[in-house]
Amino acid sequence: MTSKEFARQIKLYSLGMVHRANSSHIGGAFSMTDVLAVLYHDVMHYEAAQPLKADRDRLLLSKGHCCTALYAALGLKGFFDIAELETYGLNGSRFLTHITHHVPGVEISAGSLGHGLSIACGIALGAKRKGENFKTYCIVGDGEMDEGSNWEALMLAAHHKLDNLCLIIDYNKIQSLGATNEVLNLEPLHAKLEAFNWHVIEIDGHNHEQILDAFQRIGREGKPTVIIAHTVKGKGVSFMENRLEWHYKSPNAEQYEQAVKEVNAQ
Amino acid sequence: MRTAFIDQLIQEAEQQDDIFLIVGDLGFSVVEPFAERFPDRFLNVGIAEQNMIGVAAGLALEGYNVYVYSIGNFPTLRCMEQIRYDVAYHDLSVKVVAVGGGYAYGSLGASHHATEELGMLRTIPNMIVTAPGDPAEARALTTFSARVRKPMYIRLGKAGEPKVHVNSIRTISEGEILTIKESETAKVALMTTGAMLDYAVRFVENNDIDSSVYSCPFVKPIDTAMLLQIGKRYGKIMTLEEHQLSAGFGSVVVEQLNDLFAQGKLERYPYVVRRAIADRFLSTAGSQQYIRELAGLTLSVLDFQ
Repeated sequence: MTSKEFARQIKLYSLGMVHRANSSHIGGAFSMTDVLAVLYHDVMHYEAAQPLKADRDRLLLSKGHCCTALYAALGLKGFFDIAELETYGLNGSRFLTHITHHVPGVEISAGSLGHGLSIACGIALGAKRKGENFKTYCIVGDGEMDEGSNWEALMLAAHHKLDNLCLIIDYNKIQSLGATNEVLNLEPLHAKLEAFNWHVIEIDGHNHEQILDAFQRIGREGKPTVIIAHTVKGKGVSFMENRLEWHYKSPNAEQYEQAVKEVNAQ
Repeated sequence: MRTAFIDQLIQEAEQQDDIFLIVGDLGFSVVEPFAERFPDRFLNVGIAEQNMIGVAAGLALEGYNVYVYSIGNFPTLRCMEQIRYDVAYHDLSVKVVAVGGGYAYGSLGASHHATEELGMLRTIPNMIVTAPGDPAEARALTTFSARVRKPMYIRLGKAGEPKVHVNSIRTISEGEILTIKESETAKVALMTTGAMLDYAVRFVENNDIDSSVYSCPFVKPIDTAMLLQIGKRYGKIMTLEEHQLSAGFGSVVVEQLNDLFAQGKLERYPYVVRRAIADRFLSTAGSQQYIRELAGLTLSVLDFQ
């Protein structure tokens, strides 16, 4: 399986989950799916049978509302029986509709924004202090960068030269109530992050070659790395792409069929 | 208390190489001995408390037994959600230590009055919430905390509090209520948490009052078996704390006794008088004792009649 096929599978499972559970956030799940697919297909070291193995690479999904993509990736990689995803969001399921650490392979629960990067800093700092070589990845949303705690963490990571830490900003340009540049403008984001003394890489977050190339360049400058992944909310489904309402909506039967058709055509 | 805490923490860190201390750029002339002795297990995160707790959670995930130290409301109210979600929900071994509990920094104003945090923290699942009454209790709780891999809060006073316990406390168990003075003939039990202990003991002694005195360093959990005995034995229970009346230590005592009564374990509904801050902010300069008096945190001989 290629990383692109893996991404396609993640999307199909995600669609099934949000459709069955009538849950939200498929748009943001699709914008980060390609990054997630490359991470789990080509970049991260892990053993699905030993999800807490000490030397595993860690991924913290701080934009925990986009959990369907991560659940699907972990299920496809064998962290648990993928059939269990059918319970997602239903009565009694451990698969909550925000990411939960009660699922094997999930490092932390996240739902309130602006938490993951601080925790990732603690993990990366702990690894440094203990002389361990694993890497820590953290995915945040663009709207999530409004949270002040992230900027506290950005300062700390650079100050302590956490070159074992990689932050990915899923920059799909749409947050809950509008465009990021209209709600609270992040720009000039690249320059800000560079000024915070991070190694900044900017990529097309749907181009697997660029994504892989970026991950191969992290940790080289004695600095933490941030990858600004320019993405499209709802990527790959025509009626979801760049549409704010797909932060909230769940596809009905007809929309589900159409979305599956479009994802399968990729 | 802060000196007792740091001194004991150093002793524990000599024994346990997983103890890690984080400060939020506070602790001048207190934390330096730890930082010098264990530079690999010390971190000043700067003035950024939300990040401080998140970093602590990350270090705890990597196996450290993490202490975060700052003043009053800063490592508590300022980052309450990080404590609830990052630490308590993940059930991580992070010990939040606040110096300056109650009105210890009284003249600095409401920003430095740590008078709501016990109530806020005790509603959070998995949290152990404590407020030692004197330096001996602070030491004992530090030792307890080093051995317990749970989220925990320790509310310290400041420095130079008198020692109430004549001897050091060898061990303290979770929820333990400490007997300071017990009288066979007493009709009233005075129960305190935190640094009100010294005032309470001196008041009872100076006024020659026949009252038992119990120090309750654990706000949560609390030894309900002991509380049941106290509830059965005394006609009146008086609680005293440097905290808002709402949701504090007195509330714990009332709730627990009420539940014991409801469960049929207490025959008589207990008579509890809570002395705490009556839902107000104070904006007057003065010593800790002066501000306590303004807030009504005093006892009267009438309380024991």
